[in-house]
Amino acid sequence: MSNTQAAYLAHHFSDAEQQRESAKLGMWIFLVTEILLFSGLFVFYAVFRAWNPDMFINAHRFLDVRLGALNTIVLISSSLTVALAIRSLQLNDQKNAGRLLLTTILLASVFLVVKYFEYSHKIHLGLLPGKYFSFQGIEGTNPHVFFSVYFVITGLHGLHVIAGMLVISWVLLRTWQGEFSSEYYTPVENAGLYWHLVDLIWIFVFPLLYLVG
Amino acid sequence: MNTSSESNYLNASRGWKSWLFTLDHKRIAILYFFAIMFFFFVGGVLALLIRTELLSPKQVLVGAETYNQLFTLHGAIMIFLFIIPGIPAILGNFVLPLMIGAKDVAFPRLNLASWYVYMLGSLFALYSIVTGSVDTGWTFYTPYSTTTSGSVISMTLGVFILGFSSIFTGLNFIVTIHKLRAPGMTWYKMPLFAWGAYATSVIQILATPVLGITMILLILERAFGIGIFDPAMGGDPVLYQHFFWFYSHPAVYIMILPAMGIISEVISVFSHKKIFGYKAIAFSSLGIALVSFLVWGHHMFTSGQSELAAMIFSFLTFLVGIPSGIKMFNWMATMYKGSVSLESPMLYAMSFLFLFGIGGFTGIMLGALSVDVHLHDTYFVVAHFHYVMMGGTVMGFLAGLHYWWPKMWGRMYNEAWARITAVIIFIGFNLTFFTQFILGTKGMPRRYYTYMDQYQPLHAFSSVGSYIIGLGFTIMAVYLIHSLFRGKAAVKNPWGALTLEWTTSSPPVEHNFELQPVVVDGPYDYDRIRIENDQRIYKEVKMKSETETKVGL
Repeated sequence: MSNTQAAYLAHHFSDAEQQRESAKLGMWIFLVTEILLFSGLFVFYAVFRAWNPDMFINAHRFLDVRLGALNTIVLISSSLTVALAIRSLQLNDQKNAGRLLLTTILLASVFLVVKYFEYSHKIHLGLLPGKYFSFQGIEGTNPHVFFSVYFVITGLHGLHVIAGMLVISWVLLRTWQGEFSSEYYTPVENAGLYWHLVDLIWIFVFPLLYLVG
Repeated sequence: MNTSSESNYLNASRGWKSWLFTLDHKRIAILYFFAIMFFFFVGGVLALLIRTELLSPKQVLVGAETYNQLFTLHGAIMIFLFIIPGIPAILGNFVLPLMIGAKDVAFPRLNLASWYVYMLGSLFALYSIVTGSVDTGWTFYTPYSTTTSGSVISMTLGVFILGFSSIFTGLNFIVTIHKLRAPGMTWYKMPLFAWGAYATSVIQILATPVLGITMILLILERAFGIGIFDPAMGGDPVLYQHFFWFYSHPAVYIMILPAMGIISEVISVFSHKKIFGYKAIAFSSLGIALVSFLVWGHHMFTSGQSELAAMIFSFLTFLVGIPSGIKMFNWMATMYKGSVSLESPMLYAMSFLFLFGIGGFTGIMLGALSVDVHLHDTYFVVAHFHYVMMGGTVMGFLAGLHYWWPKMWGRMYNEAWARITAVIIFIGFNLTFFTQFILGTKGMPRRYYTYMDQYQPLHAFSSVGSYIIGLGFTIMAVYLIHSLFRGKAAVKNPWGALTLEWTTSSPPVEHNFELQPVVVDGPYDYDRIRIENDQRIYKEVKMKSETETKVGL
């Protein structure tokens, strides 16, 4: 805590420590709301899988495990790079932090590109949610529901990936402008927390959807 | 509006930009005040239209379809646009930082964002009203909500957006209470309104996201037929009810807990006596928040859920009575042998005790399985939740509004008219809704624009009661608006209260306090402190010798 008021300290906080702790607590609470948002979809998944266990096994074969696994590795790597970026800032190495944040954004784009190929393959086959489902050849009742679950969960997760890319781009710009140092890097830390959550949700989504049987 | 020469948050800066881009929690509270009061007015007018239609079993004003839209909009507007944000966003925003000695909430920009998100959500709701409206009831039950021709999507999207506003406020309050308390403000020196706001925020954080995803799934079902709730597509409408009530039952406590916080403040101040059972009241708020997540199935006793589930939910529902009862008895014990003064905030607080007592007790009746099967979807249920929501939350809101009005505006309202109005509203409320308990037990189902002739006298009686409530609120609007222009200036501490917001000027200065307050006394130490001319007078301390005498005996 320095005696001179730092530029980043808002007027209603008494010191930087209080501001940092508030921001982090706020972020953690926000992450709780995100988990509850997704929990609704996991209930959706659990209920329909319990009702149609065989159909889930048959339908999941039409997801590409290799692409799913590739995306898992891509996201885990991006979590590593964002964590290393924070480490670099703690060591006052803004240049390296910038490079690592940029790598994170690139890895997130790779994830979306892979997802794009997966989606277009399914759209091509008619493996679509609900009433748009037109594929013949999956045994079991209501196979369209599996693809509803698939598209809703991965769709909402995809939106979170895009949101995460925007947030990381924002802290990347501020890193390049030299706003962060070992003394103040809370926004990067919070962006990192958010990105880890996006990663973590995928780590649950991948086995639930791709590794059913 | 304010003629005093001293600088305060109202006159610190001028022009519409200084309001629409303000980061001051007090100004954001005022922005919320006008927006929420507008929707309270709209919801109230809809209620009067409903009651007028029900004067006679024949068509009075509107047909069946319009009637369905009226009660849906009355419910949706009152719940999502008035009663959920009402106390936290207006009174909580204004008072909470002051009460704990903070300069602002933890995230002022998020606070302003929550107001804009609220306005955006309300625009979606208004858009829905002008483009075909909604006739599903405020619960949007499937399969009707996915097949009706009304504009359900914009209304549910509005509800989804409003959820963010609620989450932002809750998140802000939790962090503010954890991190921004003044030096010396320990958890147990916090006013009970702050405890109530904290418990409310916990529910807002944990329940609202589930409503959000429910609304998204409902929109996807309606737009793309994803098959989650539609039985024709392999889905399950009862699953929708589970999703919906997992939020909406805890939401009931989002509505009542902050009102209970207000009652704790008002009863102690106007009884001039230390609150009885401080910790019991504080922890019963958290207890209610916890139990609130375990009782949603009591809305579904007749939906076809399993008998075992219904029995468990019924049992868990009874548990809510324990923390609620703890609060009721503590408030009454606070008044016991206090020197109670019947100013308007206290009149509303006592209305709360009486009406919430009835509302809570009938809630226990409805939680009993065998009784509920008979009373389900009758006017008994309508009367029950109006006793809790209007008799509880709205009375708490009015108590708080009258209590903090001098602090918010620096003006006193006409106390005589305020007391008369409190009595008028109390009488009107009981005429309207107690009648509906009787209608319900006689078998009148809810949500119909017509009924058998035998119910007409009671319906007419209830409608007259609603006009009396309307009269009461009209008088209130007049004397409150009058007070803004002609009311006499308020002193710092007109009620002689001990919480921190009364130690700053009325209205407060821009950053709340001239000097950072340091807390020494408890918020309800009326046994040792009294207020004279805004000054704290410490009574002679006799406590210790008294105790010694007792021990000696």
